[in-house]
Amino acid sequence: MRYSGWQLLRQAFQGNRGWKAHWRRPDPRPEYDVVIVGGGGHGLATAYYLARQHDVGRIAVLEKGALGLGNVGRNTTVVRSTYMLPGNGAFYSFSLGLWKGLAQELNYNVMFSPRGVISLFHSDGQRDAFARMGNAMAIRGDQAVLLGRAELRRLVPWLDYDNTRFPIFGALLQPDAGTARHDAVVWGYARAADRLGVDLIENCEVTGFDIAGGRVCAVETTRGRIAAGRVGIAVAGHSSRLAAMAGFRLPIESHVLQAFVTEGLKPVMDHVISYGMGHFYISQSDKGGLVFGGDLDGYASYAQRGNLPLVEHVMEAGMTLMPMLGRARVLRSWGGVMDMSADGSPIIDRAPVGGLYLNAGWCYGGFKAIPGSGVAFAHLLARDEPHPVAACYRLDRFATGHLIDEEGTGAFHNRH
Amino acid sequence: MRIPCPFCGDRDLREFHVMGGAEWLARPAPNAGAAAWDAYLHQRANPAGRTRELWLHEAGCGAWLMVERDTVTHAVHAVVPARGAAS
Amino acid sequence: MRVEGKGRIRNTVSVPFSFDGRRCCGRAGDTLASALIANDIRVVGRSFKYHRPRGIMTAGSEEPNALVTILRRGGALPNQRATTQELFEGLEATSQNAWPSPGFDLLAVNDLAARLMPAGFYYKTFMWPRGAWARFYEPLIRRAAGLGRLPRIADDTPYDRAFAHCDVLVIGAGPAGLMAALAAARAGADVILAESDRRCGGRLLGEEEEIGGRAGHEWAAALEAELRGMENVRVMTRATVVGAHDGGVFAVVEKLAHHLPDQPGGVPLECFWRIVARRSVLCAGAVERSVAFAGNDRPGVMMAGAVRSYLNRFGVVAGRRVAIFANNDDAHRTARDLAAAGVEVVALVDPREEVGISGDYPVLTGARVMATQGRKGLVGFTVATASGRQRIEADCLAVSGGWNPVLHLSCHLGARPRWRDDIAAFVPAPADAPGMVPGMRVAGAAGGSFSTAACLREGAAAGMAAARALGLKAQRPEIPAAQDDAGTLSPLWLVGEGRGKAFLDLQNDVTAGDIGLAVREGFAVSEHMKRYTTLGMGPDQGRSSGVNALAVLAGIAGRSIAETGTTTFRPPFEPVSIGVMGGAGRGQGFAPRRRIPSHDFCTRQGAPLADTGLWQRPLFFPRAGEGNWRQSCDREVMMVRRAVGLCDVSSLSKFDIQGRDAARFLDFVLATRVSSLRVGRMRYGLVLRDDGHVLDDGIVARLGRGRFVMSTSTAAAAEMRRHLEFVRQCLQPQWDVHVTDVTDHWAQFALAGPGAREVLAGLLPQGARAAGLPPMGVAEVRIGAVGARLFGVSFPGGPGCEIAVPARFGPALFDELAARAEMRGGGAFGIEALNVLRLERGRITHAEIDGRVTPGDLGLGHLTGRPGDFIGKAALKRPGLRDEERGQLVGLRPAGAVKMLSAGAHLFPSDVPATPADYQGHVSSAAWSPTLGSMIALAFVRNGRARLGERLRAVDHMRGMETACVICAPYFLGAEGEMHDG
Repeated sequence: MRYSGWQLLRQAFQGNRGWKAHWRRPDPRPEYDVVIVGGGGHGLATAYYLARQHDVGRIAVLEKGALGLGNVGRNTTVVRSTYMLPGNGAFYSFSLGLWKGLAQELNYNVMFSPRGVISLFHSDGQRDAFARMGNAMAIRGDQAVLLGRAELRRLVPWLDYDNTRFPIFGALLQPDAGTARHDAVVWGYARAADRLGVDLIENCEVTGFDIAGGRVCAVETTRGRIAAGRVGIAVAGHSSRLAAMAGFRLPIESHVLQAFVTEGLKPVMDHVISYGMGHFYISQSDKGGLVFGGDLDGYASYAQRGNLPLVEHVMEAGMTLMPMLGRARVLRSWGGVMDMSADGSPIIDRAPVGGLYLNAGWCYGGFKAIPGSGVAFAHLLARDEPHPVAACYRLDRFATGHLIDEEGTGAFHNRH
Repeated sequence: MRIPCPFCGDRDLREFHVMGGAEWLARPAPNAGAAAWDAYLHQRANPAGRTRELWLHEAGCGAWLMVERDTVTHAVHAVVPARGAAS
Repeated sequence: MRVEGKGRIRNTVSVPFSFDGRRCCGRAGDTLASALIANDIRVVGRSFKYHRPRGIMTAGSEEPNALVTILRRGGALPNQRATTQELFEGLEATSQNAWPSPGFDLLAVNDLAARLMPAGFYYKTFMWPRGAWARFYEPLIRRAAGLGRLPRIADDTPYDRAFAHCDVLVIGAGPAGLMAALAAARAGADVILAESDRRCGGRLLGEEEEIGGRAGHEWAAALEAELRGMENVRVMTRATVVGAHDGGVFAVVEKLAHHLPDQPGGVPLECFWRIVARRSVLCAGAVERSVAFAGNDRPGVMMAGAVRSYLNRFGVVAGRRVAIFANNDDAHRTARDLAAAGVEVVALVDPREEVGISGDYPVLTGARVMATQGRKGLVGFTVATASGRQRIEADCLAVSGGWNPVLHLSCHLGARPRWRDDIAAFVPAPADAPGMVPGMRVAGAAGGSFSTAACLREGAAAGMAAARALGLKAQRPEIPAAQDDAGTLSPLWLVGEGRGKAFLDLQNDVTAGDIGLAVREGFAVSEHMKRYTTLGMGPDQGRSSGVNALAVLAGIAGRSIAETGTTTFRPPFEPVSIGVMGGAGRGQGFAPRRRIPSHDFCTRQGAPLADTGLWQRPLFFPRAGEGNWRQSCDREVMMVRRAVGLCDVSSLSKFDIQGRDAARFLDFVLATRVSSLRVGRMRYGLVLRDDGHVLDDGIVARLGRGRFVMSTSTAAAAEMRRHLEFVRQCLQPQWDVHVTDVTDHWAQFALAGPGAREVLAGLLPQGARAAGLPPMGVAEVRIGAVGARLFGVSFPGGPGCEIAVPARFGPALFDELAARAEMRGGGAFGIEALNVLRLERGRITHAEIDGRVTPGDLGLGHLTGRPGDFIGKAALKRPGLRDEERGQLVGLRPAGAVKMLSAGAHLFPSDVPATPADYQGHVSSAAWSPTLGSMIALAFVRNGRARLGERLRAVDHMRGMETACVICAPYFLGAEGEMHDG
């Protein structure tokens, strides 16, 4: 069933009784050509592009719970490509390009909204660093504008320019970056993949890998053994656990990142605004809630929740930057479990076990990467060679020193 | 979260800085080879459950501590000075 | 309207207030909601999606409809619950989400088009043409969505934050909580009793029932007074526990001034408490749930318990002809109390066939309300019974579907509630269940025990148990007599017979039909249903709707409620203002400011200050006639090169390193060898991270055999301190070495320029010796009676030195040095000039040390070839860190018509377009050198050291500049590596 305004009208006249399930609930077959572990954004996108762009036979996505309830359903939905280093820049730029046509591609309104991402700077040194990033973006064809204080003030007059602890010098604006509706991305990819014949298998937790002769030949699951020609792992947050089942370690620690949303408010801010001095970023959702977050709590965690010191720090950052926020009230807080890699950049590569492929280490960049990661991982799974835009995301780059350390904070997993 | 510092007693999370897994204590010899150094710097067991981490009581006594903690429940099981805890 | 002779508030004191500009009068002790009811105001706002008229539904913070904006002098407070807002004189409230008014709202047209807008409709349309979503549809939707309006003016409301510690935190002061607090307190525990209401008592405040032979609310008041009189008890009213966190930490919001008119100065509106409790008792009670039937959102449809509370506590009733629709015995009390107060009860509608209770009013058993009538308020409803349908005229319908334990806090650490069929409700997980809050006990209605007597018993038992768990001796307090009948209930979630929308979530306008649609579309998992329909995502987070929706979902999906399970409960329990949690960060409060010793001098001289980390340093010292920073900066640079300049460098980190193994320690920490340094000499060094990249650079001075002072940058101070201690305590614990951060202990000033030694010579009695201090030498000297250190180093380059004195003498010394410098044609200079001076000499800062560079990149690879282990050595061997194509530090000068260079520009060959494929490097620092009369820059260029003399193009799209430039050595004055020897 194709979605459209016309279809809405037609269904309305039938009392909305004719709508069909977004995806089937098939039982797992005993064997697939490609099994993707993880029914989040990356797993579903990978399945979709595999089915759409490659000819690999039968494909299944295995999800331990219900689709889309991990990090893809608990992020702050920012889509941008404000990256400086060549490896990241090419990839995120590619991904942003896919976002722009994603609703049409999937026939599902993912509500990508290029409302502009504003990254504030607070010193001459930071201005130079942002200029370096902006130039990297412009040179590869992304939109980027370095705003002075006066220009920024015209755009967002309600920031505290005069009294805040770290005065605002200006900002880097990416005008065509913005936000999307996270759940719609899941449902859109799931529906589109399902229509291409991909089996989306929920409540199917992988409990082990059947490895013979150095090559994976099946996955053990709570719904039985499933033989597989190739297996892709896309379970960011829990990559280490799957890697342990296959007998290797990853350069990853799992950390909690908290996020917050306020009660619904009439439109008060248009852009996504990030505040470097305070690890704070904020935007307003279409429903009216202010969605915001900050830095990692810092300790390793699989618990999807954080603690008060970081909560208060995030609120303080919000208050020094935009003191009008004081009257808004936090409705809900939550935590996502991040695959924090040792250099802050992701891994899309072959695993040390034959037939096993990794899509991991997304830190907090995962949501915006979904379309790009799907294309790149599908390419790797189908052809056993990296997609050009993700060729830097090698697993061995830590050992060889070809790091992609955007923050320059070194081999500390919790510092990126 | 509260961390019972062996020197200062039970203290709030906000007094501490956390570095990462206790793997940081097992620094290889300079000539241990690329694989050993890769393992030390980057590769982590990262268990869902009990783990050992290095915390600095930065706004307290200044001691580096080894905290045994559960990454799923956030329960803190044991805290000892990191000095001498390497094994 | 008011009911004569009812209510427990001071009925004699009248309190004027206004709603939507209409002047009204309430009574002292009213909430805004009770006062609105007293004034017969029925429509208090419009709903979120369909803009339907809505009225007050509940008497608590779970209120879905009566969200209003309270006007305060400093700015409006949106989304305040009228049901918890205490009335005060002059209160001004306005309704929300209606235009032009709640009585007549243009967007009510949405209600007519509802069929076109079922759950999730927006995912299926608004996609064409590409781009129209963001340009056209989304702005329309955003304007229609949202509730209250956040004023775009700074919130200058005072807030407070505090810590408290206790043995036992009792959450909720109803009958269970009061008894728990009493039992624990009598055992000697330090108790905090936190209650959201302004008074203790919980449901007792709104009920007609006796405890121990007296009115329940009086019993509660007496016990509250007794508890307040105990030294080990703190009773916190207007205090809501909003979060349970790890380690026994609870977040509590105490409302301090919401019930007061605007306060002149100082009184905080709210206080955010972090309470650390060894044990906790959850006595948060229960909240009544509704039944979904067509038109169940009409103003006048209320919760039965709320109708009772308004009657008994506030003496108001929301109608003249009241009906009750309930599936349980408890709600029959509403009929009883109304009838006793003389309010006309037109019908009690109960779906159960057998109902034992009856009063002087019509009781319809086996009956269901299937629809309601009334455009802007209830005028009547239709009842279906076995014998057919009948219409009943009523202007208030009190509904009850039973009670849901308020178990949220028990789930904040991940526990899942469990379903109890016998009471048709979710209750908290057992104390030993995974994710249960450690040390938490549950008592009373929060645990599913609904009779007053059970609450008293369980509260006392939980309080005793908490005390005993802490090793205290506890005795059972006397438990007064109270009603011990929880009544019976027969689950009813949805009356499906009527036409029209049967609402589950009134806040987000989600109907039973939406749940059915979600299931048809494959969203039958509770978390999917929630996300697809937005049920439970409004300001009450599903408190008024969640369980009903799960029950309806379970019914449609053909599962049990237990199998369906709840969605996740997350903090905060009730919305918390960003102001109370983060208000301390406003303005300058976000981070401390660190002042250099010469701060007063800078202020006196009118120097503008800039942040470097937490430090504030002078940018430049303007003089008469200078119009901009460049003129001042240029003058200061030339002053240093020609005469003498003085710069406060106290913000640089200083570490005092002592011990038998101090030299060994520094050999290990620095890439540079230190142990070969002679006493009285200094050496430049790099500190690497163990991944081989440069963490910082600095100077090590040897003051004695086992005594060093290391000075590193301002930027990496915190990280350096952690790093040094990590190495000392964790990697080399066997070494005898101590590291002390003495940054704050020493004021340190750089004197630079040809006149530097003259300035010093006059100051030091042993001036001659100082003048003889060799480059990279260090000496301990005296200035008068004050011990000082003299360092033969000059960061700006050229002749110069640095002098350090204990910090308290810093201001005086700086003033003296500045005066002496001025006599010689010099003076103080700021960090703008410092930056130019260091660039001229090729000194690097954290613009170069950006966390990704190696010693080799900086041209200092020769330092790392030495034998022996040091931090970073092994990782440097990785091929990626040795690649010739890495960016290497070089200098740049303009070489064409354009003379500007800018930091952040990217470098390309002269003759090809600027594309990523031809990227050669970037400019890290750039400045105008008045000494050379040219822009100069440092840059990282691929294999740059082999390319001196080559021409490149610096492209800066951000500043719209392109400059032809030529690669040169990374210094512009002096000689290579002049500072590195010592």
